[in-house]
Amino acid sequence: MLILTCPCCGQTGEETEFHAGGEAHLTRFGPGSSDDDFEGYLFMRENPKGVHFERWRHVYGCGKWFHAARCTMTLEVFGTYAAQTTEPPQELRDKISAKRPGWSWGAFS
Amino acid sequence: MSETVTALNGAVWSKGIATITEAPLQGMITLRGDLSISAIKKAAKTATGMAVPGPGKATVDGDTGLCWMSPDEILVLCPYSQVAETLDKMTAVLAKTHALAVDVSDARAVFQVSGPLARDVMAKLAPVDFSADAFAPGMFRRSRMAQVAAAFWMPDADRFQIVCFRSQSQYMFDLLKVAAQPGSEIQKP
Ligand SMILES: [Zn+2]
Repeated sequence: MLILTCPCCGQTGEETEFHAGGEAHLTRFGPGSSDDDFEGYLFMRENPKGVHFERWRHVYGCGKWFHAARCTMTLEVFGTYAAQTTEPPQELRDKISAKRPGWSWGAFS
Repeated sequence: MSETVTALNGAVWSKGIATITEAPLQGMITLRGDLSISAIKKAAKTATGMAVPGPGKATVDGDTGLCWMSPDEILVLCPYSQVAETLDKMTAVLAKTHALAVDVSDARAVFQVSGPLARDVMAKLAPVDFSADAFAPGMFRRSRMAQVAAAFWMPDADRFQIVCFRSQSQYMFDLLKVAAQPGSEIQKP
C-alpha cells in the first residue's frame, strides 16, 4: 500500500484515494514525428526494480494531477512534486541518491 | 413554486452505535477561481461574511460556511432558501474576474453521523486517520467512503457532516447503517 501526500492540497492518504496515471516525464511525439519516436512514445516504458517516477491524480480529493517518486520494490515513496515540470526536482533527486546510491531512471540519475 | 425535498426525505436511523440522519436541504454554491485573487475572496465573504479558510479547513456556522475544496475551489454553504440571492451577489462581485459560481445544492445530499462513536463509523469507511488528534472540528477533508466520493467535516466533537452526490444518497445511507450496526464498536465509548 502506497502512502502519498498530495503536493496540491497537502493531504496524505493511501493509494485508493488516488488514481495512477502511468509513467512520468514522457515526451509526446505526435503527427509529423518519425515512426521510431512515435513508437517509443506510445509503447516503450521503463519497468524498473527500484526507483520509479509516475503521474498520479488525487481523484477522490482535490482532483489535481501531480508527480510521485517511489521504489517499486519496497513501495517507499521518496516524494511528490508538481505536475508542471518535465523533470524531477534536484532536491528530490539528492534525497533518492542518499537512499539508493547510483540509481538511474531514463535520462535522470 | 415546486416543493423541493431531499433525496431520502430526511431519513433517520438510530438503531446502531451512532445515529445516521439525512440533513435538511442545504444551499451549496461551487466557487471556482484563483483563490489568491481579491475578487474571489470578496465573493466568498459577500456570500457568508467569512474569510476563505486555508487548505484542509472549513469555517462553518450552522448552514452557512466556506469549505476549502482544492487550490481553485471553495464550497460555499448558505441557507437553501437564499441560494439565488447569494448567487446574484457573488456574480456581481465576480463580474470582471475569471471565475465560476454555480448552484449545486440539488446535485448533492448531506448526512450526519452523530454520537460518541461517530468516529468508529467514519473510520470503517474512509481511508483517513480519524483519531482525535488527526481529525478535529475545523478541519475539512475530501476522500472516498467505500466506493463513492465524499467530503466531510465535524460541526462538533461528536458529529460528522458528510456531503455526497445526490444520486448516491441511498448507497451512502445504507453504507452508514452497515458501518453503524449494533455491536460493531471499535473502541469503548
Ligand atoms: Zn490533493
